[in-house]
Amino acid sequence: MDVVALSRLQFAVTSMFHFIFVPLTLGLVLLVAWMETRYVRTGDEMYKRMAKFWGKLFLINFALGIVTGITLEFQFGMNWAEYSRYVGDIFGAPLAIEATAAFFLESVFIGVWAFGWDKVSKKVHLLSIWIVAISSNLSALWILLANGWMQNPVGYVLRNGRAEMVDFGAMFTNPYGVWKFYHTVVSCYTVGAFFVMGISAWHLLRGSKPEFFRRSFRMGAYFGLVAIALSLLTGDYQAEVVARYQPAKLAAMEAHWETGTNAGIHLLAWPDAEQERNVVEAAYVPGVLSYLAYRDLDAEVVGLNDIPREDRPPILPVFLSFRAMVGLGGLMVLASVLAAFFVWRGTLDKQRLFLRLLIYFIPIPYLTIQLGWLVAEVGRQPWLVYGVMRTSEGVSTAINATQVVVSLIGFTLLYSALGFIDIYLLFKFSRKGPEESPAAQPILKEA
Amino acid sequence: MELQITWFVLWGVLWAVYFMLDGFVLGAGMLMNFVARNDAEKRVVINTFGPVWDGNEVWLITAGGATFAAFPTTYALMFSYLYSALLILLFSLIVRGVSFEFRGKMDGLGWKKGWDIAILVCSFLPALLFGVAFGNIFGGLAMDASGYHGSLIGLLNPYGLLTGLLFVGLFLQHGALYLSVKTTGELKERARRTAKMLWPVVLLIAVVFLAATAKATLLYDNYYAQPALWAVPLLTALELIVVRIMLGRGKLLKAFAASCATILLVVATALVGLFPNLIPSSLDTASSLTIFNSSSSPYTLGIMTVVAFVFVPIVIAYKIWTYRIFRAPVTVEEVTADDHAY
Repeated sequence: MDVVALSRLQFAVTSMFHFIFVPLTLGLVLLVAWMETRYVRTGDEMYKRMAKFWGKLFLINFALGIVTGITLEFQFGMNWAEYSRYVGDIFGAPLAIEATAAFFLESVFIGVWAFGWDKVSKKVHLLSIWIVAISSNLSALWILLANGWMQNPVGYVLRNGRAEMVDFGAMFTNPYGVWKFYHTVVSCYTVGAFFVMGISAWHLLRGSKPEFFRRSFRMGAYFGLVAIALSLLTGDYQAEVVARYQPAKLAAMEAHWETGTNAGIHLLAWPDAEQERNVVEAAYVPGVLSYLAYRDLDAEVVGLNDIPREDRPPILPVFLSFRAMVGLGGLMVLASVLAAFFVWRGTLDKQRLFLRLLIYFIPIPYLTIQLGWLVAEVGRQPWLVYGVMRTSEGVSTAINATQVVVSLIGFTLLYSALGFIDIYLLFKFSRKGPEESPAAQPILKEA
Repeated sequence: MELQITWFVLWGVLWAVYFMLDGFVLGAGMLMNFVARNDAEKRVVINTFGPVWDGNEVWLITAGGATFAAFPTTYALMFSYLYSALLILLFSLIVRGVSFEFRGKMDGLGWKKGWDIAILVCSFLPALLFGVAFGNIFGGLAMDASGYHGSLIGLLNPYGLLTGLLFVGLFLQHGALYLSVKTTGELKERARRTAKMLWPVVLLIAVVFLAATAKATLLYDNYYAQPALWAVPLLTALELIVVRIMLGRGKLLKAFAASCATILLVVATALVGLFPNLIPSSLDTASSLTIFNSSSSPYTLGIMTVVAFVFVPIVIAYKIWTYRIFRAPVTVEEVTADDHAY
């Protein structure tokens, strides 16, 4: 493999690994903040223990999110120097703003929250977790506006041998970035919701601390229902944006080859990029694609055959990732509705089979959002900045394949080890359950 | 013109504050295994910086982000030229960060011992490598119009290593002083003695460094051109002396404050000499990266200036507030009673 392919693989490995930890952070922090809010409002100690228990799992996860984030910032310069030089004038700004206006808040106030239980007032402590929650979402906003710019570059001119910013506001209002942000964060919330539901289900099945986990489950279920509903809604809007700005990606997502009006989708299909058609096609539903893309059953949708071959993304991976994402999303809708229904009816404890399934459901939202990421990033190929710069043009000229092989192996080994330890610790502390209430537990003297 | 100079100053401030803040975490991390005699004391050491270390590391991320936004060409070339060195730095910072979080989470044989070694190595390497990287930047990188001609081994030249040693020494002393302020009892006493012992070593390295800088770099040119600038290195030396005086009088907080000032001023001394270069070329001065030939457009710099002048003071305000909340020394009793402590 050459430097371009290796650097792409390394960016995929490091960003997807980072994207294991960030989504849980985004959703779980809101749940923890909600728990602590109820504690401060009602004075009910159980909510405090809930915030502490889920907060501990949150912190184990948070540490890895932080340290793996630095890698991504460094990699733009290390592996993609030509890209950084060419677009730094506009792309560097959101990254720097993210650090200054969001990441600082997040990392300072997480310290206050984790270590400040006895050092600040209840209200300040509560405020800290809300600041962490809001600033982690703001972080996501800036990062996704930066990514949105790569997907749909706006507010720049090509001048002095590079892309220079001429309209900062355009980056804010870039529909691609804005909708990507909405869809990404609400989808990430589902990770936190199913995480809390799954672990609570495990404890409920064992009858350990039933009230504690019933309450946790209830909050997770309602939160999850809202999150999945918003994911559907925002996903639908995002498809429109994709249709407008990246017709090649949309066509690849749906394996749509021939331009036409009243375009539909095949429920069953298998695209073949060589033959430029679907080798398997069945169960055609007309008009759906036109409607999804343009809200009009008769709208014309551009097919892959009207897009030059060298401008098409890899079709099969994008198509399969998109199908799998939608399929798993459907499963999540079903599970969320059932969970909320059982909670509402108060029959949750009797649904033992459902509870058992929910434990194994924990990885599903993770998988779904990773697939969504693949659709977005593989679907952008062969462009690094859509329509402006090809991926092959962005790589560093000063590095060689050996260096990248070594770093790729290094990242893979290090990240595997850290990922393994992290999952092990999350398991350990999830199973252990919450600390006893203070009255029931002698203070541990042992370190 | 003015904006590029403003950003050179801001760029310097970000790096200087990063070294001042992460410097004591790196220093305390290097010293942990030597000043702490048992597990409880090691936990005290980690918990002295527990609430603040990741906030401190964000200064590095901001310095990186600011380089990207304000001087994209420098960002691109510096990071790709120093690929292998940065990789080691990155791995060290990653392992160091998780080791604080993971160390206390299990008890098995070797678990804690393993993380103790990780903390030592992954605190030492960044301190050394930051110094090596900056030493090489001061001396100039082997680059010309056709690209970069250096290598990882080439970076480990005597002047690069000497700068690395200076960083390690400064951070060790800084960490020892921090621990002497933030701990109690015997641990505090050991930290204080360590700081005292380190002081002459730091002084020696600093003197050798200043002499070597005359030979290995052109940093003094600006000083010869504007003699008033000599005030900066003089003030640096003065602060280093204040560290020793305050240590002698047992005024540890003041000694630590002087150490903070020393680190800020060391960076200032170097950057005054570097100006207007960001990365000089050791082969051909026409290929040097300066704040003028590698900066963003005036429009971007203008926006980033507004962002910086609005947010940096806010950041500083709430950081000071958190340092005040956690100003009390950490004790063994407190750490063992708190289930959220590291």
